[in-house]
Amino acid sequence: MTAVIEVSNLAKRYREKLALDNVSLSIQPDTIYGLLGRNGAGKTTLMSILTAQNFATSGDVRVFGENPYENAHVLSRVCFVRESQKYPDDAAPIHALRAARLFFPNWDQQLADRLADEFQLPMKRRIKKLSRGQLSAVGVIIGLASRAEVTFFDEPYLGLDAVARQIFYDRLLEDYVEHPRTIILSSHLIDEVANLIERVIVIDDGRILLDEDTDAVRGRASTVVGDAAAVDAWTAGREILHREALGRVASATVLGRLTPEDRAGIVDAGLDLAPVSLQQLIVRLTQRSGDDAPAASPLAESHGEPLSLTKEVR
Amino acid sequence: MIDEGRPLFLQIAEAIEDSIVDGTLAEDAQAPSTNELAAFYRINPATAAKGVAMLTDKGVLVKRRGIGMFVAVGARDILLRERRTAFADRFIDPLLAEARTLGLGEDDLAALLRERAALAPTTARTEGNRA
Repeated sequence: MTAVIEVSNLAKRYREKLALDNVSLSIQPDTIYGLLGRNGAGKTTLMSILTAQNFATSGDVRVFGENPYENAHVLSRVCFVRESQKYPDDAAPIHALRAARLFFPNWDQQLADRLADEFQLPMKRRIKKLSRGQLSAVGVIIGLASRAEVTFFDEPYLGLDAVARQIFYDRLLEDYVEHPRTIILSSHLIDEVANLIERVIVIDDGRILLDEDTDAVRGRASTVVGDAAAVDAWTAGREILHREALGRVASATVLGRLTPEDRAGIVDAGLDLAPVSLQQLIVRLTQRSGDDAPAASPLAESHGEPLSLTKEVR
Repeated sequence: MIDEGRPLFLQIAEAIEDSIVDGTLAEDAQAPSTNELAAFYRINPATAAKGVAMLTDKGVLVKRRGIGMFVAVGARDILLRERRTAFADRFIDPLLAEARTLGLGEDDLAALLRERAALAPTTARTEGNRA
């Protein structure tokens, strides 16, 4: 399959801060991606450059094989739902949806109506007066009903309660099944989206830390719990992502898929094995690269030299 | 229902296998489609497809063009054989090992098994007594 988006050696500098540092990736068609990372990692910058709403400092971006800047042919096939989308002062949701309908050739009005109903969105109230959740609902509706070939959702859930978020995930999956397309979902609620995303991209401090199939990432790390001495003996020589101890009991999260021998060894040492969720793994990985980690992440192939650690202390 | 840390497609495949083993999904019956699985488990359809593909490779599901996926005739036997072996590896081997350290012979073990099974008739619903 040819990629819908190709990014090579992309960099973005804001004065002192290098927001994107030598980012290369390729986005495949008809795939749901999770774009994950901490606040300020560069997720929104990356998405806004891919949708021609921001300029790259250097590097190359191809969307459907073309340069997206001022390229209506490309942009009408791409939808970017921003976390902080601005609307005209006196606009109501009904106006925002009408504008979207004109812009996106694949717009499905029935779907938009149905979603507005499910989110109980007041269509004629001025957007300025909407709650944060209702504002997010406007974005979610536009993102889904546009049926753009590539749709970016930048933290689309802000202010949405658990019920509304579930509606979003369910409708996303439902509509994706019927109309496969590329979805790029940026989220901090990793556990909530872990099962929806086929591929996961983790960005940390402007760099791609991980770009892999979600299923391949699962089981990439494990936590062993038990007597501190036994934990240390078993983890010796392994890559430890995180270790904590309470009295004589320690818990260590180690990187690497466990072999049957590893498992047998854990049982023999009297240790317990706990799975590591995608969210926990990403928290550990991004935490570690923020500390003075001795080596660069072994998970990222694109990532030759050690991280430059000149950033602020978090 | 879904547990972390194990590949999702494996869990989907196992869920289908469970229904075949316990008879809810009969041989020759139509299996749930990839999209139905995706909607039910709220997972990515590509993941569900991977789980289904694993079962077709194993000969547990067969594809009928234009109609969908069906449970293969003989699927339950395949699965029972597989699970019987897995059961023995997982439970019987450690049981025997522990019995040996306690000085229990095979007959003692068999007697013990019968004794315990008689005490807990309602919990004796394992794959072992179906196989």
